[in-house]
Formats: sequence, C-alpha cells, structure tokens
Amino acid sequence: MPANPQTLPYDIQKIRADFPILHQMHHDDVPLVFLDNAASSQKPRQVIEAMNTYYETYHANVHRGIHKLSELATEAYEATRKKIRDFINASNHREIIFTRGTTDSINLVAQSWGRANLGAGDVVLSTVMEHHANIVPWQMLASEKGFTMKYVPMHDDGTLNIEAYKQLLDEHNVKLILVVHSSNVLGTINPVKEMAQLAHEAGALILVDGAQSVPHMPVDVQDLDCDFFAFSSHKMAGPTGIGILYGKRDILEAMPPYQGGGDMIARVTFDGSTWNDLPYKFEAGTPSIAEGIGLGAAVDYLTSIGMDKIHTYEQMITEYALDRLAEVQGLTVYGPEASKKGAVAAFTVQGVHAHDMAQLLDAEGVAVRAGHHCAMPLHNECLNVSATARASFYIYNTFEEVDKLVTAIEKAKTTFVI
Amino acid sequence: MEDMYRELILDHAKNRRNWGLLDEPDFDHAEDNPLCGDKLQLTLHIDDGVIKEVGWEGDGCAISQASASMLGEELIGMKMNDAIKLDKQMVLDMIGLNLTINRVKCATLSLKTLIVGAYGNREWEKIEDKE
Repeated sequence: MPANPQTLPYDIQKIRADFPILHQMHHDDVPLVFLDNAASSQKPRQVIEAMNTYYETYHANVHRGIHKLSELATEAYEATRKKIRDFINASNHREIIFTRGTTDSINLVAQSWGRANLGAGDVVLSTVMEHHANIVPWQMLASEKGFTMKYVPMHDDGTLNIEAYKQLLDEHNVKLILVVHSSNVLGTINPVKEMAQLAHEAGALILVDGAQSVPHMPVDVQDLDCDFFAFSSHKMAGPTGIGILYGKRDILEAMPPYQGGGDMIARVTFDGSTWNDLPYKFEAGTPSIAEGIGLGAAVDYLTSIGMDKIHTYEQMITEYALDRLAEVQGLTVYGPEASKKGAVAAFTVQGVHAHDMAQLLDAEGVAVRAGHHCAMPLHNECLNVSATARASFYIYNTFEEVDKLVTAIEKAKTTFVI
Repeated sequence: MEDMYRELILDHAKNRRNWGLLDEPDFDHAEDNPLCGDKLQLTLHIDDGVIKEVGWEGDGCAISQASASMLGEELIGMKMNDAIKLDKQMVLDMIGLNLTINRVKCATLSLKTLIVGAYGNREWEKIEDKE
C-alpha cells in the first residue's frame, strides 16, 4: 500500500507544485511519470526564475566589470561557491572549483594532477561499478603515461568487495583510487570514508564521483576525508552545463592549471604567464554564469527541504518500489537491498528487451532510461546483460507513480509474453 | 560624506606619498591584480623590526594608488611583526567608500603586496576571506 502522507518526512504535493514540468500530459490524457532522475532531474520554478531574473535584469560578465550589472552578477555567481562550500561542508570556498559537470571535474583531475603525478609502474584503482566518466579519462591518460588500471570487484549482491580492495592496495603501487559514491545502476552506496582511510594508509589519494550522492543525501567531504569529490548541478534540481570539483586545498595549490585563458592568470607576457590563486586558476574563460546562479537557487531549494529528509523519503520510496517490483514475475532488479542503495532500480524482464520495455512504458506516460547507463563494463562483464531498464526517483516522485510503473510493466509484459 | 573621502582619495592618487623604490630594501615584493591589470611594488627599510621607510611604485586606478599611498603612511613607525594584524576592513575604512566586490581587490592590492611578501599567499587568503 502507498504510504500515508502524514508519515512522510515532507509534503510531496507542495514540492510537486514547484515543478512546472510535472503538471503536463505526456501523451493525450496520459500524465507524465518522470522516473529518469538519475540521468537528469527536473527543475523547480525557483531555479528557473533565478536564471531568468539574471538574464532579464542583471546579465553581464563576472569578475571584471566595474559597473553595477557586473558587480551584481559577480556577487550572485560567487555566492553559489559559498553555498556549495556549506552544502558539502568544505573548509574553504577556494576548494570549490566550477566545472561543466562531473565528467569535466574528473577530466580536470586527470589532466592536471594525473598528468603531473602518474607514470609507468603506478596503478590507478577504479571499481567495476564506475560510470564511463571515471574510467575513460584515465584510460586515455594511461595509454600516454604508461600506468596501469585495475578494478575493485563486487559481491553478487552488488556491494564492493572491500577485502579485495585491501588486497589490491597491498599488492600494487596504487597512487589513486576512483570510486563512485552511489552507483547510477546498482544504487550501491559505497563505504568511501573507510576506503579513503585505507587509501591514505597506502599513500594513495582518492577521487569520489558524487554525481548520484550529492542530490540525494547529506555529504560532508571533510568527514569522508576524500581528496577530490566531483558532482553535477543538473542531477540536483539545478541547470545543465555546470558542476563542481572539490579538492583539498594543499593538493589543488600544488596542481598545474587545466586549461589556459582569461580569468586564470595573474600576469601574462609574451614570454610566459603566472597563475591566479585558487579557485580561479582552474576556471579559464567566461563561466556558465546563469547556470551558477541557478545552481545556487537549487542548493537553497534542497536545503529548505533538508537533505536528511530527502534521503529518508527516497529510502522509503525505493523500498516500496523494490517490494512492488519483486511482485512482477520474471523481473530481476540489480543491486543491493533498499537500505544499502540510492533511489534507483535497474531491472530486466524476461522476454522483453530493455529498449522495448522503455518504449512501452513511455506509451503509459512513464519515462525511464534503457541501455547500459554509461556503465558498459558493469553490464557486459559483471551483470552479463547488454541493457537494463532503470527507474530512478527524486524528491517529487510519489508512491502512486511507483504503482503506475508496475502496472505499466505488467502491461508491457502482456505485449511480449502471451 | 562620500565627497570628502573622494577628495582625500584624489589627493593621494595625484600626489602619491612615498613614491619611488628604495635602494637596498629589507623588504621588496610585487603583486598584480589579475582582474584589471593593476600592479604594485612595495619596498621597505626595516630597522630593529620597525618599518623606517616606505617606497613604492605602481600602475593602476585611483583607488589602488590612493590605498597604497595611505597604507604607506600608516606603515612608517609600525613594527613589521604587527603587519599581520592589519586587516581588509582597516583598508576599506581608510578608503571610506562603499566598494563593490570587484573593486575591493583594487583597494586591497597594497595590503596584499605587504602580506604576501612577508607571510605568503595563504596568510593573505585568510585576511581576504574574513567575512
């Protein structure tokens, strides 16, 4: 049975009212049930309005202009940096680097820290459940610098094999650990605090991909003691085109710039240049200003609900979804039990390919993702399936929507399985 | 009130006190403001830990030049060890104008030059980050 609204941590209908996109018909007379949040979440009115206000009333470039519009834009844009600092509990706003997103953040670390610190004989340790964004940039660099990549395996229930992790740390000259905080397929929430401690004992640094954790649960980078932490705005109710790299200050200060251009310099001559201070050293060119301002509004929005409450609610809806999906004959959900995972359910149904499933669900108004979800090695080499369908939930999804998903899956099955 | 301060700033910007670099300085450091290209070089004669003479040269807006001129006057007679106690607000009070975010960097370039030269960039960032 769907939960009694009184027992929920916040008023879902009030939240839904803030998201204009949710109140439309997906097809004639078929309302939208948006369950593709792990790919990108929807945006509340507050975020859209913050960006519109900037464009309509104070658009100008930041950091340079000595005029009112530039000052207003600079203040609003830089305010987001401090909001992010507080949101993830970084010790200083200079540790918050604006990037284009999680992928860009990871490429920054690869091209700056990786290029300067990795070479032949070194090992970079990733996991079997990484998104391509935390594999491919390192493979590209490995082919150039000659280091080796190894992958921490997982148990059958989709949790990481920490004993194997310890062994790999013991056996190899590991310089860097790459780990996803919450898997975008399995949902697994990895023990990154414990992994960071083990990494540091082995003399390695650790980079955490937080794309699927920051939008859904409280994150404290100082408590995790990670060296780098990357995430995107667009999965946390903010706009696309902007994301964050957090890095420990001493490490960032020692790193060379990533891209050259305006804003990142102290002094330029025809013979050479010197670099600006943190965080600007890593922020060449005019940034995504409206998006930065929109991200600030998204942080305010999530904070006003409370990340603890969001996490509690998402665990409730995920548990409900897993229970309901378990009722469907021939359906397999990948990943651990609800208490150990984020708000995602990747599944296959016997006899129905994931792409067909997604198409049939769409006809019922239910938007899910189908494919390998940018985790091709996980699908092909661990789960042994070429594709899964994935339903993923966010702050505004309801228990009734879970019911609609299950009804739509049952209907899809009848198309294929007679 | 703002007019009066404006007059003081223009006076310092046009007649920059302690202009010109010192020979054989005990302290010599230069900094840039990457936002607008202002630059400033500060030299000091220090005797028994006390700043005896100030000499500086720079290129920049009236605010940056006036703040360097005013700060230079403040420094003479000050113990070098007390320089770390100077803060951003002291400079902003000296300037007396309500400065917006991009212009605060102009006003504090001279203090930044002193602090970075004496204690390093991290100490300056502590002063700059004080909210």
